[in-house]
Amino acid sequence: MGKYHGQANSVLRPRTTEQVSEIVKYCAHRRIGIVPQGGNTGLVGGSISLQKEIVLSLGAMNNVRSFDPVSGILVADAGCILQSLSDYIAPHNHIMPLDLGAKGSCQIGGNISTNAGGLRLLRYGSLHGTVLGLEVVLPDGTILDQLSTLRKDNTGYDLKQLFIGGEGTLGIVTGVSILTPPAPQATNNIFLALPRFDNVLPLFQIVKRQLGEIMSAFEYIDRTAYDMGLTHGLGPLLDAEEVGDSECFILVETSGGNNEHDLEKLNHLLEHLLTADQPLINTGTLSQSPSQFNAIWAMREGLTECCQKEGKPYKYDVSVPLADFQKVVDAVRERMISKGLYGDHAISKVMGYGHVGDGNLHLNVIAKHGYRPELEAALEPFIYEVVASRKGSVSAEHGIGSMKTHALHYSKSDVSIEWMRKVKQVFDPLNIMNPGKVLP
Amino acid sequence: MGPSAVRLLNIFVPIKRAVDYAVKIRVNPEQTGIDLNVKHSMNPFDEIAVEEAVRIRERLKDAVKSIKVVTIGPPKSAETLRTALAMGADSAIHVEIPESAPAPEPLGVAKTLRALIERQKEGVDVVIMGKQAIDDDAGQTGQMLAGLLGWSQATFASKVVVDPEQKVANVTREIDGGLEELRCKLPVIITTDLRLNEPRYASLPNIMKAKKKPVEKLTTAELGIDLTPRLETIKVTEPPKRVGGGKVANVDELLAKLKEAGITGKHA
Repeated sequence: MGKYHGQANSVLRPRTTEQVSEIVKYCAHRRIGIVPQGGNTGLVGGSISLQKEIVLSLGAMNNVRSFDPVSGILVADAGCILQSLSDYIAPHNHIMPLDLGAKGSCQIGGNISTNAGGLRLLRYGSLHGTVLGLEVVLPDGTILDQLSTLRKDNTGYDLKQLFIGGEGTLGIVTGVSILTPPAPQATNNIFLALPRFDNVLPLFQIVKRQLGEIMSAFEYIDRTAYDMGLTHGLGPLLDAEEVGDSECFILVETSGGNNEHDLEKLNHLLEHLLTADQPLINTGTLSQSPSQFNAIWAMREGLTECCQKEGKPYKYDVSVPLADFQKVVDAVRERMISKGLYGDHAISKVMGYGHVGDGNLHLNVIAKHGYRPELEAALEPFIYEVVASRKGSVSAEHGIGSMKTHALHYSKSDVSIEWMRKVKQVFDPLNIMNPGKVLP
Repeated sequence: MGPSAVRLLNIFVPIKRAVDYAVKIRVNPEQTGIDLNVKHSMNPFDEIAVEEAVRIRERLKDAVKSIKVVTIGPPKSAETLRTALAMGADSAIHVEIPESAPAPEPLGVAKTLRALIERQKEGVDVVIMGKQAIDDDAGQTGQMLAGLLGWSQATFASKVVVDPEQKVANVTREIDGGLEELRCKLPVIITTDLRLNEPRYASLPNIMKAKKKPVEKLTTAELGIDLTPRLETIKVTEPPKRVGGGKVANVDELLAKLKEAGITGKHA
């Protein structure tokens, strides 16, 4: 993104856990700061050397250690690229429990250290559930071997959870044991136009109830984002007349074991939606082919790129209660209008899209002619305050890194932050492990 | 008798279920064909044909009396017919062949279509179909059908204007030298090219309505047609794998490599 410039003058690329341990021991002895780095695909500057700390890249540790096709448990080095792990287990009919846009370069160790979310979270849950064990080099060089392949293990504190989302501030993840689900045999998707935002919640309830275990995504796109997509060549998936003045759109994906079964459920759902006395939807479409399936997903996944074409986007990745998605977007737009900053001369678009199923809103604010300090001042901390007032999170899946440390207090109480500091002190009293990240 | 009323148009759209173009094709281990246990959908050129039929009705309104889609294929082809009905066709014919039957060849298909067209009591004025199917790439059926029926044919259409009063179709074709415009007397066979239109997505209400539209089922025996292939497939193989390129350090090395490969020309 060109937003961060690392200051490191050396990069180490160990091949084994023992080498990582030796490096960390040496650094602890000499009080040298370390920045663990995976695929370097983070969005919040978590893997950037701020003060000439050395960079410890895990990229050379890229071997699969074992895979059990019966249980689906995969054990791998932290430096394995997510896509290569997917390719490794695909012939055994399994998939990774997470999927990200950056899958071609991000590494599993980095995914775990940042507790990455992504498109499959709704279905397979967060890494706090799917990670069964970790091997971690602690800030004094000790190797913590918790590379368990057990589904159940209630023997005291579950230390590995601290490193999932720890952003490398408590230790370096070097090995991973993760539960991979069987690959779905059938996938379908539908794209729906809703007359009002207020219909999203009842629709979500109905869809959840009727589709049950086959629902694998429930994505939200507001009208501004949809119209932007159309002008940049996405779709059109729906007839403009039938869409009318629909306020927002929903994409639902199903993944199951049997296409006939899945289609039957989908058809029941659609019949229910269309024959209701007060329909929740204006219109919609059901993909008729893999190409249409891809085109429907492109409508959602292509939005990020469209934002770049519109201008310079301020991107906020927040968690708020589902019912507040629209209110948060509206509040930001009204703020810009009231400040006289709304229009092609400043902020040209304020839009929301994201993972309704996970309560994760991607709020995009487009500055048509580039970033400007007064725009940023109008947006922050206003947005963080709005999110905090709705008991949301200022970082749903991107982490804190070095970008949002100042905003941590909007989502974590003083008591939480104090105890996070204590945890950090216990693991890393010398403060050599990814200094300047997460904690303000 | 008063002045003869304008004859209402009946449009006939043959479609085919084929392996979806987004699917990666794999040759089966026996090398007798490709792995068919993958996602199928309507042949994209046929999708364009269905779309064009629906657009002709949208332009001519009541002058189009019916749009009938027809397919020859295994039971699962019924899904493809439903998709076409959801896009806006009125009714369908399914000439069902067993799942295990060999894929019909263009002449067999053309003869089947002729038999079906001759069965239509109201007659057929316009046949619109894909210029080829993306599975066998034969690209012959439309022309054969026109030959068998002795009708006008306009292939590779990029624009179609039907004039029901004059009983003609003005068809634009993209050819090497530019655009060729044909004026065809009805009845006519039109085959579609890629740029004719962009097919719509079937809307949910139309997908639901399509479930109730009539689909007539027939067998080749009822039509008196024999679809036994006349061609024998000897072997299907994948194209040879591309060998990756290499980097050279300088011009001399490049020249040496070219010489080695026997590519360098003589100095002028």
